Amino acid sequence: MADLQTSLASAWLPNPLATASGCAAMGRELARFFPLSDLGAVVTKSVMLAPRSGRPTPRMAETPSGMLNSIGLQGSGVDALVEHDLPWLQAAGARTIVSIAGGSIEEYALVAERVNLAPPGSVAAVEVNISCPNVEDRGLVFACDPMAAASAVHAARRALDPSVPVLAKLSPDVTDIVAIARACVGAGADGLTMINTVLGMVIDTDTLRPALAGITGGLSGPAIRPVAVRCVWQVHAALPDVPILGVGGVRTGLDALQLVLAGASAVSVGTVVFNDPTAPVRVLRELDEALDARGFDSLAQAVGYAHRGLEV
Amino acid sequence: MAAGPLQVKGEVISVRRVGAYSHVTLLAPGIAERVRPGHFVALAVGDATSSTLLRRSFSIYRAQERGVYGGTVEVVLSAHGPGTRWLSERRERDAVDVVGPLGTPFTLPRDPASCTLVGGGYGSAPLFGLADALRQRGCRVDVVLGAATEERLFGVLDAKRIAQSVTVTTDDGSMGVRGRVTDVLPALFERAETDVVYACGPMPMLRAVAGVAAAYEVASQVAVEEAMACGIGVCMTCVLPVVGDDGVTRMVRSCTEGPVFRGESVRFDAVGTVPADAYGAPQGSGH
Repeated sequence: MADLQTSLASAWLPNPLATASGCAAMGRELARFFPLSDLGAVVTKSVMLAPRSGRPTPRMAETPSGMLNSIGLQGSGVDALVEHDLPWLQAAGARTIVSIAGGSIEEYALVAERVNLAPPGSVAAVEVNISCPNVEDRGLVFACDPMAAASAVHAARRALDPSVPVLAKLSPDVTDIVAIARACVGAGADGLTMINTVLGMVIDTDTLRPALAGITGGLSGPAIRPVAVRCVWQVHAALPDVPILGVGGVRTGLDALQLVLAGASAVSVGTVVFNDPTAPVRVLRELDEALDARGFDSLAQAVGYAHRGLEV
Repeated sequence: MAAGPLQVKGEVISVRRVGAYSHVTLLAPGIAERVRPGHFVALAVGDATSSTLLRRSFSIYRAQERGVYGGTVEVVLSAHGPGTRWLSERRERDAVDVVGPLGTPFTLPRDPASCTLVGGGYGSAPLFGLADALRQRGCRVDVVLGAATEERLFGVLDAKRIAQSVTVTTDDGSMGVRGRVTDVLPALFERAETDVVYACGPMPMLRAVAGVAAAYEVASQVAVEEAMACGIGVCMTCVLPVVGDDGVTRMVRSCTEGPVFRGESVRFDAVGTVPADAYGAPQGSGH
């Protein structure tokens, strides 16, 4: 059995398997299927400052090997997270990565400030979601512009306890993801999460109208895995010392291994949880077996392995 | 943990045609024992590499703890998309991954009461387990089944076995009374002195039944049908506006807080929207 310990900047994790934001709610529902402490980390659904109702239904459309969603960050707000969810997750033995979002730079700072009020030790890291396609002006999510991305990350970084690592969650819907990654790291991000959903659209051929009430939505699932592998690869090649939480269409241990070989130090399982509630623990087991079968003594040896001997 | 849902490798015992529908019996060890009327199961479609990722959720028609093979659950489905078609084409011994039981079941009256059960099409499936449970509590059970046509009715014979009275309505008059279920409810409420009406079926029917129930001061419980991606409460796709005991409207999950709601708590007129007065609704021209 390979040594599966890993870290995302200063956050130590016993293994590299995490849930993906928006695919595990606040952990309670999945805890009915397996102990959350078995995972490296639970990534919460993104929280904003105030409670949010989200978007109207239909919010979901099935697509080949994936789905499109336009939930719109429904949630009870950061205070409920701090008061109720984080203590519960801590009691359940989970290491929690809190995903935060904002409609403005100021909101990122305010949400991060409130996260600082969480019980000591209940926040392993903060993921700054600068790339949700279902809020604000969708063409202008923060993650699409290096300056805006940096400002949001900087605001969160400044507001948070310095011992809590900050991960910036990037969108694949950009011309040059490396430029955005550099801007985020320059603004104080300790690590990066890649990737968020890909903006997509489905038209209902019976009603002859967009299938989602929100018109466009975020595409997730195995359909986007090659995009995630590419993004992790490109950014790891350019910034090899920056830890990456790889996300995007992981369904099996070998899918997770692809992201690790591309440069991810940890891997989130997202949409596939909808198909298989126990997928996070299954993928972890399969990844462990896959590392063994390839002669890796540790996960660390495999991180970025595919770059070896290649000029990029 | 004990009462929570399980994920099990189920096995097809049989798939039978019933009118326009398929009746699927699945061996699902551990699940049947936990089922209460109104619960549902979420079935995976295809194998571990299927491109159809999202589970299909079905209310449970029957759950038998001790069948010949072990615990079984039965669902009724209408094959109209790739997922339901795949399920309807299963053969004996085929594997189907089952998650269940899920959802918040029907609330049963504490004391014997007069109960009217209303089902639309194959949406009537969960009413029969409910009827059994109500009868065990000494309740009077009257059943109303409605559908567009005779072949889209489900469970007429079942209902006759269980209920004090069975009323059938079809839109085209091919069986029973021509018209809608709500046409026959007022007379039935009066005759049976109905205390509570339970309804499952399409949203417009639930809305109409809840409306008639309110007008006649009959309590109502409705099992809603909303598109779900996960069925287990994590994806937030199946929400609808529901008024809580505190008078506040929230966008709540039909998979976890539901599928059964008090009829008067569902804001049927606002389904598919986020009412401006809902908790956390966008303020002004925000987003």
